[in-house]
Amino acid sequence: MKRALAIMVGAALILLLATLTLVVMPYLQMSAEQVPPDLKPYTEQQQRGRQVYIANGCVYCHSQQPRDPGYAPGDRDRGWGRPSVPGDYAYDQPHLLGTMRTGPDLFNVGVRLPSVDWQLLHLYNPRIVHRDSIMPSYPFLFREVDKAAEGDKVVYLPASFGPESGQVVATDDALALAEYMLALDHTYPAPTLPTTDKPKE
Amino acid sequence: MTPTIAILLIITFVLSTVGLLLLIWSIANNQFSHGQEAARTIFSPGEEGHSEDPALAAEPAFTGDNSEQAAAIKGRWTADQSSRTAVLAWLSSAIFWLVLGSIFGLISSLKMHLPEFLISSEFLTFGRVRPVHLNAVTYGWASMAGIGAALFLIPRLFKTSLAGGKYAVMGSVIWNIGLVLGLIAITLGFSDGEEWLEFPWQVDLLFVVGGGLCAIPLLLTAANRKVEHLYVTSWYLMAALVWFPILFLIANLPFTFPGASGATVNWWFAHNVLGLWVTPIGIGIAYYMIPKILGRPIISYQLSLIGFWSLALFYSQVGIHHIIGGPIPTWLVTLSIVHSVMMSIPVITVAINHHGTMMGNFSRLKDSPTLRFVWIGALMYTVSSLQGSMEALRSVNVITHFTHYTIAHAHLGMYAFLSFILFGAVYFIMPRLTNWEWPWRRLISLHFWLVSIGILIYVVSLTITGWKQGVALLDATMPFMDIVRMTIPGLQARTVGGALMTLGHLVFAFHFVAMLMHRGVGNEQPTLFRNSVKEPTR
Repeated sequence: MKRALAIMVGAALILLLATLTLVVMPYLQMSAEQVPPDLKPYTEQQQRGRQVYIANGCVYCHSQQPRDPGYAPGDRDRGWGRPSVPGDYAYDQPHLLGTMRTGPDLFNVGVRLPSVDWQLLHLYNPRIVHRDSIMPSYPFLFREVDKAAEGDKVVYLPASFGPESGQVVATDDALALAEYMLALDHTYPAPTLPTTDKPKE
Repeated sequence: MTPTIAILLIITFVLSTVGLLLLIWSIANNQFSHGQEAARTIFSPGEEGHSEDPALAAEPAFTGDNSEQAAAIKGRWTADQSSRTAVLAWLSSAIFWLVLGSIFGLISSLKMHLPEFLISSEFLTFGRVRPVHLNAVTYGWASMAGIGAALFLIPRLFKTSLAGGKYAVMGSVIWNIGLVLGLIAITLGFSDGEEWLEFPWQVDLLFVVGGGLCAIPLLLTAANRKVEHLYVTSWYLMAALVWFPILFLIANLPFTFPGASGATVNWWFAHNVLGLWVTPIGIGIAYYMIPKILGRPIISYQLSLIGFWSLALFYSQVGIHHIIGGPIPTWLVTLSIVHSVMMSIPVITVAINHHGTMMGNFSRLKDSPTLRFVWIGALMYTVSSLQGSMEALRSVNVITHFTHYTIAHAHLGMYAFLSFILFGAVYFIMPRLTNWEWPWRRLISLHFWLVSIGILIYVVSLTITGWKQGVALLDATMPFMDIVRMTIPGLQARTVGGALMTLGHLVFAFHFVAMLMHRGVGNEQPTLFRNSVKEPTR
């Protein structure tokens, strides 16, 4: 049993080392990071919207992490915002950084598209806004009613996209998700971002 | 920042000292000397020079020239039979999840260019179907088939019967329950929200228990082993079975890692699932199958050990190359990039051994299904790993990150490498467990060509599309919607490739079931791609 055990212990020790460098140390360093004073915690409604975002897997097509313009200029030039810093995610659990840009980055979508009505319209059917969009429609986040009741949020659709008769109203989930979208605003200055421009051509 | 650098320096110093001491110790204890002798432990006495494929040979099978050799062959048959129930439990579950997972993959692929396809139900929205695909093929197909193959190889490698097989059977039941609950949770919208870690943590406990139950037969069998040298395959299998539970447990700790540090844990885990779980299993299987089928030992046993330890050291720290440019400390990203590039060392050593052993024997690819699948898998391991090292460089990653290029790379690794080796392993294992030959060789051939052409279309189309997408994303003068339109043909081609692969899996699953039901001619003739190749020419 001696050698077999040695291999298994050796393997476990190497993994322990990797855990130290890739899990423990970054955690210690990043949890000591200053939380930007202008970053607001999510409201209950926004947090609920965030859960809708998670449940429907928005993260598989949308990132939330603009990169440094010196490295990837497209991120800034497309209006996705300044590079993000660890502090920006202080209230995010789980993180939703994302690894795919089938759709655009959403780190500052609340600034680019600050209208609840636009967000709802786009969720109901993205092709109302962009004819060739490949984002799915989310009809299950909306209800079709004959006549909107008091307090219902009506989504006004172009004739070719709406139902034959009646009206489309947003569910609470859709409203929460739209609220979360609007909360994605990280335009405040990041205290920990280096401000000095390196001389570089 | 200063304390971090100080800690890093101290760790580096301690590590190099420990490494040096270990090296001195191992040289002093002749750890490097028994080289080629150990490479021969997989052969029974006198067997070297005889192929072990097919299970039933066209020419008279090697049954030993004397009673000692015959007893060794008989012993191996007993070892195979001892693992039968456990291996069949894991393999048949794996094949079920393969079919289910590929159907969900195909639906996801269709949805990428037909956005109105199956939208009315929230349970079938893209963002739920895609993680069901990933989790079903990773934890269902790849992991379960890998554990099944490991359970088959362990008694063979240790030349004894599998002890405690019933724990492994129980493990498979619990693992399957975990998968069912986890996939239902994702479908209902209870995902944990992090890629590769979608299953709710309550469900994750089942995987820890199910996997842990497989460790019991491993340890019991290792304790009973009747071999002096531990062949390199057992190193990989033992290490993988140690690594996975640790990884899975730490990464799934609920409410522990917030925000950006959650992202580092997420990707540390996700890449280790590839690097420290499925990769060692895949390489380990290839290290066994290639020499056994050719009847010749691997060309350099020393290299295989260097390959093993360098894989352990480097692969465990590459994960953060998934967040290059992200909101995390630069030293961390650089660390992972360095290790990603260093991965070329284990990859090249494994390549020398796998492909070097094949040298001069490529003609056997024509008749042995196992060898064809396993060697192509091994070749794709070399290709996808070297591609991965390149992809981790900042200058390349700035283009490929966030694009379909990464998806193509992932499938080159998880499919063209790993799944091919697992297919080959299943073709090798099943006749030996059931004492029944594969019923129809043409179905194996059909399976091979469907999945090969499928993955070729898949990888080529998405690689090109992803690269173009990445270049365009960097330049804001191209409107985003134009990029979306540009990717459509590639996404459609991927659906074609994925459909062929799914079709191949249906053929494979059908053949597997037919074999379990003892269809075909059974033991009358071996199932090779062509019947006459093995006949002596005169």
